[in-house]
This record gives sequence, C-alpha cells and structure tokens, in this order.
Amino acid sequence: MTNKILSEQDKTSDRVMLLQGDEAVVEGGLVAGASFFAGYPITPASEIAEGFAQKLPAQGGKFIQMEDEIASMGCVIGASLAGEKAITATSGPGFSLKQENLGLGIMVEAPCVVVNVQRVGPSTGLPTSPSQGDVMQARWGTHGDHPIIALSPSTVKETIELTIKSFNMAEKYRIPVILLLDEIVGHMREKVRVPAPAEVELITRKRPAAEDRDNFYPYLETADHIPPMPDYGEGFRYHSTGLFHDKTGFPRGKTEDAKKLMDRLMAKIEENLQDIIIIEDELQGDEEIIVLSYGSTARSAISAVRQARELGIKAGWVKLKTVWPFAESYVAEISNKVEKIIVPELNRGQLIGEVKKAAAGNAEVSGINKYDGTIIPPDEILTRIKEVSK
Amino acid sequence: MRKEIRLSGAGGQGMILAGIILAEASLFDPELYVVQTQSYGPESRGGASRAEVIFSNEPIDYPKVVKADILVCLTEESLEKYGEEVTDEGVVIADDSFGGGYYHPERANFYSLPIITTAREEIGLEVTANMVALGVVDSFLPEIDSSCLERAIERRVPQGTEEKNLAAFQAGQELLANVIE
Repeated sequence: MTNKILSEQDKTSDRVMLLQGDEAVVEGGLVAGASFFAGYPITPASEIAEGFAQKLPAQGGKFIQMEDEIASMGCVIGASLAGEKAITATSGPGFSLKQENLGLGIMVEAPCVVVNVQRVGPSTGLPTSPSQGDVMQARWGTHGDHPIIALSPSTVKETIELTIKSFNMAEKYRIPVILLLDEIVGHMREKVRVPAPAEVELITRKRPAAEDRDNFYPYLETADHIPPMPDYGEGFRYHSTGLFHDKTGFPRGKTEDAKKLMDRLMAKIEENLQDIIIIEDELQGDEEIIVLSYGSTARSAISAVRQARELGIKAGWVKLKTVWPFAESYVAEISNKVEKIIVPELNRGQLIGEVKKAAAGNAEVSGINKYDGTIIPPDEILTRIKEVSK
Repeated sequence: MRKEIRLSGAGGQGMILAGIILAEASLFDPELYVVQTQSYGPESRGGASRAEVIFSNEPIDYPKVVKADILVCLTEESLEKYGEEVTDEGVVIADDSFGGGYYHPERANFYSLPIITTAREEIGLEVTANMVALGVVDSFLPEIDSSCLERAIERRVPQGTEEKNLAAFQAGQELLANVIE
C-alpha cells in the first residue's frame, strides 16, 4: 500500500507525502545518493529494508537481503570500498551483531550509514516498543578506542535531513555514521516535503588523482587526516585490513603504527566538531532550567518547556541532533549559566553521564527515565520543572 | 486548534490503517499539520492495537494523544483502557457488540453503534469495520472534508478493494445520521 502512494507521488512534481520515519530514511537516502543496501529484517526497522528493496533496483542500485546482520554489515563495508554509497538498517539485537564489523568499517575507513531503530532491550526485549537504550552501544559497542558519529532525529522531517547528513558525514570523514531512530520516530507518520537532490548539499568522498595510480598509498597521512579513496577495481591496488596498518594498508605489527593510525582516526572527528555537532535550542538567555534531550523524547521536552514558560518559569530546551561526538563544550558552557539541567531519556540514564561530566558540578543534573516501552509524556517533565524551580 | 483522535481495537481490525487514512486526508489541506502514531503488540492478529492521529494548524510537538477529542473502541477492552482519557466534550464511539452501557451512560457524546454488524451484514465483509468507523468519525471532524477522506481511502486500501471500502465508509456516515434522527 505504501509503495502505491510513493510511486504515485514520484510521477508528479508534488513531493509532499505522509511518511513514516522509516520511510523517510529511504527517501532521504535516495536523495543523498544511496546506491546499495544490505540487511536483515527486524521490527521496528523492516520498513527501511522494504522501501529500499522497492526503490533501489529501479534506480540502478542494489538491494541484498543477507542471511543475518553480521553478513549485512560486511556486505555494506565491501560495497563502500567498491565505491557505493551503502546503508544498512536494524534494531537492537541486530545492532549487537553488527558491532564487530562496525569496528572493521572504522578501521578501513569505509563510509557507510548504519540505521538503528531502537526498541527495548536487552535481547529481544519489547520488539514493538520505543527505547533510547542503545545510546552508549552506539558509542562503545565495538571494542577498542575508536571515533564514531551518531545522529538522532525527533521528527520525520529531521529524519530526512539527518539521513542526508549521515551520508554526507560518512563520505566526508570516511567513517560509518550511525543514525539512531527510536520506535516512535521510526513508525510515526508526518506530512513532509521530500527535497529534490538538487536542493540539498551532497558530499562524495575525496578521490585520488589518476596519475597517482602507480604510486598510490591508500592510507596516506594528509593535512585533513582523510586519505583520498579510490574504488576497488578501478586500478588502484591496495589492501584493507582490521589490523593496524601503515600508509600502504599493510600491517607491520609495529606499535608506532598503532598510535599513529589511532591518533589520525580520532583527529578526523575531533578537529571537526564544529561541523559534526548539530544542536537545536530555544533559549531566551534568562534560563534557570534547561531540559536537554534527543530523539522522540525531545518532543515531550519542547511541549513541557513551552507550558512552563506560560507559567512564568525560566526554562529552555536543548535538542541534540548529534549524540556522538557529545556536545561537551556546549553543555559545559550552558552549565555555567543555568542552575538545573533535566535529561529525560527512554533508558535508565545513559547520555546523562556525559551531561554530568561536562557540567562538572556547575549545574545540578537530574534524569527522568522510562524503560518499560512507554514514552515520557510532557506533564511528567513539567512536574519535574516545577519541582526544581522551587 | 489541536484535535486528538484515538482509534482502538484488536490487532487485525484495521485500526492502524484507519489512522493512516485519517492522516493521509490532511495531505489535501496545505494548512494542516498531522502526526499519526501507533501502538501494537508483536502479534499480527489479536492483542490490543491502537492508532492515534493529531491534527493542528501549527507544528505538533508531543505526538501522542493526551486526552482524546474523538475515541473509537471496537473492543470492550479498549473502551475500558482508554474510556477515561477523553476530554469533557469528547466524543466516544463504541461498537455495540459489547455493553458499553456501564461507561458514563449520562455522557452526552457517547455513541454505541453497530459498526462491526454493519460491516458484516451490509458490506458483507467484517474487515471493513474500520472504514465504517471512519465514516462515523467523519461527522465529528469538520476540519477534514469528507471528499479528502474518500481520496485517502482510495490511495491507501489494497488495490481492487476501493469500492467495498468506500461503501463501508458511506455506511458509517449513514449509521450516525440514523441515530441522530
């Protein structure tokens, strides 16, 4: 039924549609130039696979349903190295399975997008209920120190925008980007306008010059720390490995290579925080209380803060669209200006740890937590705002 | 204006599709914002199922129903669960296959109607009960033109079933007209 709508819309210039967050990932991905999807269906992310299965082949792209999530992630890395804009989508149990290959993707610097529509875990948990329980897993799920980017939308419109951003950041920084939806955003339908590719900024990976073909170092140290990337099969011969390697791409087993590569992988992200961290806020400058949130929870926070303002309470809201890297200096700065920071989350308190660390005792930080598959309604946040404003 | 509608029943009764159709009808009105959410269990049939639709003339922050302006219940369980989460002037539409009488019998806007029976006997397909319910809801939704709902039905129901579903929708409209007379 869905495809009937979309194909009908596609024939017209009318790009206004009623879309689910999951469907918006597909639309946003296609705008961004996604050309490859490999995955394994799982509630509440299956609609993403369904949408790409319907749409990618018709546009010359490839869709593969793999035997599991481990293979899907491997497939996506392979497609990326071969030059495709590759994406996969899953939920908690599948996200766990992807972690090992996610580390490989980070190590070989394969641009790709990994969508996780969060449901309640651990294990199979509550398959159809929303959660924000994979926030720390998105940061630290794969082993070892590593950089990561994770974006989290709170509306269907933002899902389109952040899917495009995910591809752009993946291509620009040669890194897997995690797009963290939750079941609410994934399954929620809103009226949105899908932009045409010509209306948005699209980034594709930096490529080596053809004349460098015979003298090519795939992991060359460059000023921006991002080595140019050829497609496998176009004549640039190189080796990719999860082992620490030098500029040739081959492992030498030397400790200095490990430090050098780790420092470069981290520097790609740490030197570009300004570009990567996206924050939205509504602050009037007189705030005593801030509600800081992300994902679908931000919608309850916004509603609660607006009601509090009507009651004369000096409250404001902050929405983190980029969850990782964490907006540490932003939070440090606001913690010097406000007295209380409230962090509502659909988990037992994950991102709040980062908020406390950044606030460093300058503002009192408290959480509102739900982890039973229900969401946090605005009145619970409003009640807390009233309590702490006394 | 913020109008909250909750459609509830058992899995398989098509409450979510009815919600999607309601939301889709807003596509034909550029001034209207809409959010549609749903809640259901892991089963494809049985279990509780509900769809929620919010219309507003400004951007919608909280996407869920707080107190429904219109509540539809196709099962007794759903009436028990959501019957209290309705505004004072809110409309409650329940199928007459269950008593329903215990629920605020004095309530002005309580309608116990033969929704499922109409689908089964008049249309010949019990699965069209969701469209009969939509027809009833239509009368309480001056914000949405009936013709927009009909267009949305045509676009969202499985191909080849448009006629039956539209007939069910119209039967729902008449169902209420008869009661009000």
